[in-house]
Amino acid sequence: MNAISQEEEPRSKNFTSTRNACKLCTPLGACLVFRGVEGCIPFLHGSQGCSTYIRRYLISHFREPIDIASSNFHEESAIFGGSDNFQQGALNVMRQYEPQLIGAATTCLAETIGEDMPRLLLDLREKYGDRVTAPIVTVSTASYRGTHMDGFHAAVKALVEQLGRPGETTGAVNLFPGMVSAADLRLLKEILADFGLNYTLLPDYSETMDGETWSQYQKLQSGGTPLKAIAATGSAKASIEFGRTLAAGQTAGSSLLEKFNIPRHLLGLPIGIRESDAFFQLLSELSGRSTPVKYQRERGRLVDSLIDGHKYVFEKRAIVYGEEDLVVGLASFLCEIGVTPVLCASGGRSRHFEEALREAAPLLPAETLVKEGFDFAEIAELAPLLKPDFFIGSSKGCSAARELTVPLVRVGFPIHDRIGGQRVLHLGYRGAQEIYDRVVNALLEVKQESSTVGYAYL
Amino acid sequence: MIELLPERQSQVLRTSSGAPATALPCGKASLAGSVSQRACVFCGSRVVLYPICDALHIVHGPIGCAAYTWDIRGALSSGPQLHRNSFSTDLQELDVIFGGEKKLESALLELIAHYQPKAAFIYSTCIVGLIGDDVSAVCKRVGAKTGIPVLPVHSEGFKGTKKDGYRAACEAVYKLVGTGDTTGISPHSINILGEFNLAGETWILRDYYKRMGIEVVACVTGDSRVADIRRCHGAKLNLVQCSGSMTHLAKMLERDHGIPFKRVSYFGIEDMSAALYEAAKFFGDDPTIMLRAQQLVREEIAAIYPELQRYKQKLIGKRAAIYVGGAFKAFSLIRILRLLGMETAVVGSQTGDTEDYRQLQEISNPGTIIVDDSNPLELAKFCLEKDVDLFIGGVKERPIAYKLGIGFCDHNHERKEPLAGFVGMLNFAREVYASVASPVWQFAPRRANRRKEVRPA
Repeated sequence: MNAISQEEEPRSKNFTSTRNACKLCTPLGACLVFRGVEGCIPFLHGSQGCSTYIRRYLISHFREPIDIASSNFHEESAIFGGSDNFQQGALNVMRQYEPQLIGAATTCLAETIGEDMPRLLLDLREKYGDRVTAPIVTVSTASYRGTHMDGFHAAVKALVEQLGRPGETTGAVNLFPGMVSAADLRLLKEILADFGLNYTLLPDYSETMDGETWSQYQKLQSGGTPLKAIAATGSAKASIEFGRTLAAGQTAGSSLLEKFNIPRHLLGLPIGIRESDAFFQLLSELSGRSTPVKYQRERGRLVDSLIDGHKYVFEKRAIVYGEEDLVVGLASFLCEIGVTPVLCASGGRSRHFEEALREAAPLLPAETLVKEGFDFAEIAELAPLLKPDFFIGSSKGCSAARELTVPLVRVGFPIHDRIGGQRVLHLGYRGAQEIYDRVVNALLEVKQESSTVGYAYL
Repeated sequence: MIELLPERQSQVLRTSSGAPATALPCGKASLAGSVSQRACVFCGSRVVLYPICDALHIVHGPIGCAAYTWDIRGALSSGPQLHRNSFSTDLQELDVIFGGEKKLESALLELIAHYQPKAAFIYSTCIVGLIGDDVSAVCKRVGAKTGIPVLPVHSEGFKGTKKDGYRAACEAVYKLVGTGDTTGISPHSINILGEFNLAGETWILRDYYKRMGIEVVACVTGDSRVADIRRCHGAKLNLVQCSGSMTHLAKMLERDHGIPFKRVSYFGIEDMSAALYEAAKFFGDDPTIMLRAQQLVREEIAAIYPELQRYKQKLIGKRAAIYVGGAFKAFSLIRILRLLGMETAVVGSQTGDTEDYRQLQEISNPGTIIVDDSNPLELAKFCLEKDVDLFIGGVKERPIAYKLGIGFCDHNHERKEPLAGFVGMLNFAREVYASVASPVWQFAPRRANRRKEVRPA
């Protein structure tokens, strides 16, 4: 591949500001996790706007209701503390929604004035014990600390730490998949069941955020990880966690390992063949069964199709962006099929991005630019120099791809300029098949449309 | 069964025939835990100023507020596209501890040097109000160094409601007004305030006024340039469309520059025509303006009438719920639906005032539910109770409607089809028709189970 030298690289890194962020704020991740718990309503301790903006953003992708309560700070709460608002808000939510759980996440406002959430919970119980009808899990998600992915993982960890109970070890496994699509979650459940494993999948918004039309009104959509299953995470025989960049981080898996000595298996997101192989291999070990024929066939068909289409994709240049672990998975798969990722970019800053990428994608060229803490203005400025054949990532790369008139293969979150973002499958052989077909067809479409001959056979 | 929270009950009322309108206690902070559909002060400022397309808009705070407002409005520009970017100081923990002024100053200097905007707006978010950054001082310094107006917008999220954000936006933009040269402005000239060029609506309106012989000095803020706003005090009349957001600006222009203002609406045949006649009447010294207005209205209505009639036949007797940001738009929507043969059974807004709700009661049929600062549970309850066929609102209301098998039309700022003007009326009628008449509803469980009752006429 033609590398671009450091001198050619635009000096966009000199901008102090973030221009068109390739990340979202921490509470968004927490809200999505809480809506992946059965009967749980997300609750933001902060201004009204935070909950409304996050609702709007999630709705634009999932096209499902997501009610997020707010303690609705006003000036006095910012000065004297938001305790009254928190109490009133929590009681109103309990009365109106009759939730099984409230998932309370802080915002930058609450964090900055130093709200002590455990203290607020104690006060609430002390003052209104009889009216407190649902447990509350709290998580600290200041938006000046990390991205929506940090909020996501922190909420999963908080749920496990605050609701997980020790017990005699069962044969069940915990699976903490990270921020994947509703279709991915459904696939994971199918796979676990096919291996005959009992499991806790946390979170599970496969039904709550991609459900049916109702015959009757539902205050909180049905589905989600049952509270009992979260309690059981403390007695599982193993935890599986997706996300290579989490290796050094404090997560649900590491917490269960420390507290209850539950072995933690950290894998990359199972995108593409090798990362999926590793996942199926692990399930095989944990279940004592070989990979069901159904999945062996899926893998077989996938390999067959890679051979059918290899000429269309070989040495095509891709710009890959999004959450770090998603990019790691995508880049790993792209390298497996002969595509060259020329830029791997994320708004996150785990400091393990490049290391994780190189581990997962040994074929990744040394010249590939790997950028943490990057934004879309920087991607757009680099893109013309990198001469990509396509972009792969969320809708937010649309204008940069459009500028170069190259296709954008929409994956991840958010997809809000197409329908069906929640149904995009990324994981396992089946997900790789879907992504592969879409990548190849996007390239074929370009070939067909840019040809003066108008080939009808390709 | 959905029950209203006791504290919410006073903000819901039902009209009854012959009863005098009552005062709805509105304008209050949202009830904690009620899941209000409202946003915050920042949101109010950001949406109003967003379409000024040759200005730099930078959000001073952690990343969320900027990320969620990146290119979300359908506000089009005929020139620069700078407004469609999302700039943020992206404050980190250390900035919160040690203050964000330096970061803001460097960010501004770099962005202004790179993008060469004609002005810069700096939006304060919650955090900034707490850590005590002196944003005004930074703006002054950067303004002096760069030679462009650098304007702070006091939009800390928790300091009031979205309405306070509108006010902060008006205050900020007003600092530009009066700084431009007004020579050459026609004696028959107007400003359009509170019109945001969603899907090109401003262009439709500008064309109408041009055909009448009226000059539009500035549209604040749809497809606007800083230079237009600087000289908008040279116009003779202000027409205020989104009154909730821009009446404050109109009042300041009246106070300091003696420009009268009138509330208008550009939605629906009746209100659109009235808005054109309003300006024509004001410029009565030239009677040809009125003649041209009448001719324009005749031509435009004739062009859309046959198709409207076709939709009306399919829509007669259908019922609708309306939940919008500002109540003034609801008046137009009720009239539009009536024109299409439909009845409004539920109507509410995020930020209506007492007078808005009084007028809503007057123009609504008996038995209409009127609600201030509602939430998903209440809206679902009302839709079920009134068994509506259509919901008109914004993105946050859409899934409530769809899950219940109810048609939905987006009349919010993300829309991509123009709904203003006569052509907008036709677009809207088409959309209502497409929403109500689609065959997909037969498969929605609630609609499939719906009793084939005989509805009261």
